[in-house]
Amino acid sequence: MTRFVSAVAAGLATLVVGAAGAQAAETLDTVKERGEVSCGVTTGLAGFSMPDQSGTWSGIDVDFCRAVAAAVLGDASKVRFVPLTAKERFTALQSGEIDILSRVTTWTFTRDTSLGLNFVGTTFYDGQGFMVNKDLGVSSAKDLDGASICVGAGTTTELNLADYFRIQGMDYNPVVFAAISETAQGFESGRCDVLTSDQSQLYAIRSKLEDPSSAVVLPEVISKEPLGPVVRQGDDAWFNVVKWVLFAQLNAEELGVTSDNIEEMTGSDNPSIKRLVGTDGDMGEKLGLSADWAANIIAQVGNYGEMFERNVGMDSPLEIARGLNALWSEGGIQYAPPVR
Amino acid sequence: MAEPAVPAPPQGPAPWRNPRVRAVAFQVVALLLLLWFFWTIFNNTLTNMESRGITTGFGFLDNTAGFGILFSLIPYDETNTYGRTFVVGLLNTLLVSGLGILFATIIGFILGIARLSPNWLIGKMALVYIEITRNIPLLLQIFFWYFAVLRTVPGPRESVEFPLGAFLNNRGLYVPAPQVESSFWFVVATFGAAIVGAVALLRWAKNRQDTTGRRFPAWPVSLAMVVGLPLLVFWIIGAPLTWDIPELKGFNFKGGMRLIPEFIALWLALTLYTASFIGEIVRSGIQAVSHGQTEASQALGLKRGQSLRLIVIPQAMRIIIPPLTSQYLNLTKNSSLATAIGYPDLVSVFMGTSLNQTGQAVEIVAMTMAVYVAISLTISLLMNLYNRAVALKER
Repeated sequence: MTRFVSAVAAGLATLVVGAAGAQAAETLDTVKERGEVSCGVTTGLAGFSMPDQSGTWSGIDVDFCRAVAAAVLGDASKVRFVPLTAKERFTALQSGEIDILSRVTTWTFTRDTSLGLNFVGTTFYDGQGFMVNKDLGVSSAKDLDGASICVGAGTTTELNLADYFRIQGMDYNPVVFAAISETAQGFESGRCDVLTSDQSQLYAIRSKLEDPSSAVVLPEVISKEPLGPVVRQGDDAWFNVVKWVLFAQLNAEELGVTSDNIEEMTGSDNPSIKRLVGTDGDMGEKLGLSADWAANIIAQVGNYGEMFERNVGMDSPLEIARGLNALWSEGGIQYAPPVR
Repeated sequence: MAEPAVPAPPQGPAPWRNPRVRAVAFQVVALLLLLWFFWTIFNNTLTNMESRGITTGFGFLDNTAGFGILFSLIPYDETNTYGRTFVVGLLNTLLVSGLGILFATIIGFILGIARLSPNWLIGKMALVYIEITRNIPLLLQIFFWYFAVLRTVPGPRESVEFPLGAFLNNRGLYVPAPQVESSFWFVVATFGAAIVGAVALLRWAKNRQDTTGRRFPAWPVSLAMVVGLPLLVFWIIGAPLTWDIPELKGFNFKGGMRLIPEFIALWLALTLYTASFIGEIVRSGIQAVSHGQTEASQALGLKRGQSLRLIVIPQAMRIIIPPLTSQYLNLTKNSSLATAIGYPDLVSVFMGTSLNQTGQAVEIVAMTMAVYVAISLTISLLMNLYNRAVALKER
């Protein structure tokens, strides 16, 4: 009897220890073995990650995960999307439920240093703004003294909001919701005068209102919000892969390589392009990937500019201008180290 | 001087053949294994978090929180600590649970008695109410009260105005706030004294009736004492009370007291949902009292109300209390659904925003769970004490 109990206890303990041990293993190998990238996204935010009627996800965050799958597995469709609320996201990544968190997550000091996570880069440079009902006749955020403000729980937005109103010496009533859809509903039902979020999200939420023209986005941008993918700390191989997927997309745009011309570009004589698409050098091998890793990304998902325009840019319902997200050579701040 | 040889005590069975020893040994071993198991999990968690560079410890409780909270019973602003957000959330949870329990009990008792009413209409109405509310998920009911009802209430600029300076709009229910001067405490003191006096009077009257059979109109007299005396003092010291009436300023009303819609929706949903369960518990408790008791009380000439109040309910209470306790526990735990509609309870404020800003999931979740366990055990304890007081005493 005792022997049985101790055997069971020992078994359980190994299970706990074993499970924890397996997680710390190299994510890249795990992903290759599983044949699927597990990607944490929002529960639904137009332009960033949103499922359609048939359950197919689309958005810039979604496309980034597809690009990682294309690079690692050679097939952009091998992604499992895990919808997460803002509250759940870091725990899901820490616990190993997902391999990448690509969920409009702002890169901040505390998150980078104390969560055991690493930010890979910035897929979207954003800033926090305010959206108000047009009927209120407000034209500046400075007129918002005493307003009720709908905001998402567990976001940097909540802190920036507090800072902004404190600096301006104004009062406000925060109404905090767990999910984006409820935040939007709170605003639409008139519970709040103002909805605050990253500007891109404001446009996304506005495009989904019953009457999008009833709301206006105020001009003030009160914070820096670099949004980017996140991976677990201490797994450098995987960190490098995800980081260079983003850089490859940026370099591809800079070099003019698109999903349309990738076929002819593989025959290009330009040494930069040759290194990128894998006809020269052993770049893929150094990452632990196949030689055509970047070519797969570009062929199946596209370069950064294509990804941007398709999901949030002028070709999309959100109609967000490139602005800061243009390449450094075109007046923006998107800049990638060279593939060399 | 040789001692006479003491005969050896009769040799009992070997210790491992002794059932007592064996039972104790098994329990000790099982306990040790359990402790070792939990220690391993605990240690594993700490080691793994450390090896991955995740911050641990409770130091974060002293850091500045930096976010606002919609509604707080104690003074709070962005410069306070995470520790204080914990207290704010805890108090908000206690507030909604406490008021929920109070009103769910009142409504539940009314429902339970109405269910048994000989009046067909009242009985069926109670039945329909109970069947509807207890068969719809609570979260849907919360959303119903919050989104469906809220949408029909006008915005602040078209507020519904009630007499005496109260306003209703989709930001909440605004009522005038009493502003008391220091001399108002005399009135409060008189009120307290009047209650003590009334209790003493009621005891005296009961005692007298028990011993001499003579009755004294104790209820009307004590009621007059409790209401009249404070009013008299209030009038004598010159009405030291003004009202802060809410006024529309800018976006919202300022001044007065405010009940936020999140609170109203959560409280209504919790109360109405739990009341339907309590109603059924009360009904079953009453029906469990032998019908002979009612007949006997009627034979003694008690009216229906009297027989219910003096004979049936005291006996039914013994059956009602244990399941009632678990309804109270359910209501308290269900209050954590607040997070769906943005009422700043413990789960929303502490396990939501604070957790996300600090990222210390293990500590915060553990603290939150400990709080719910503590609240639930306290409620159980109080109810058990009460149960012991009303339980059948065998003499």
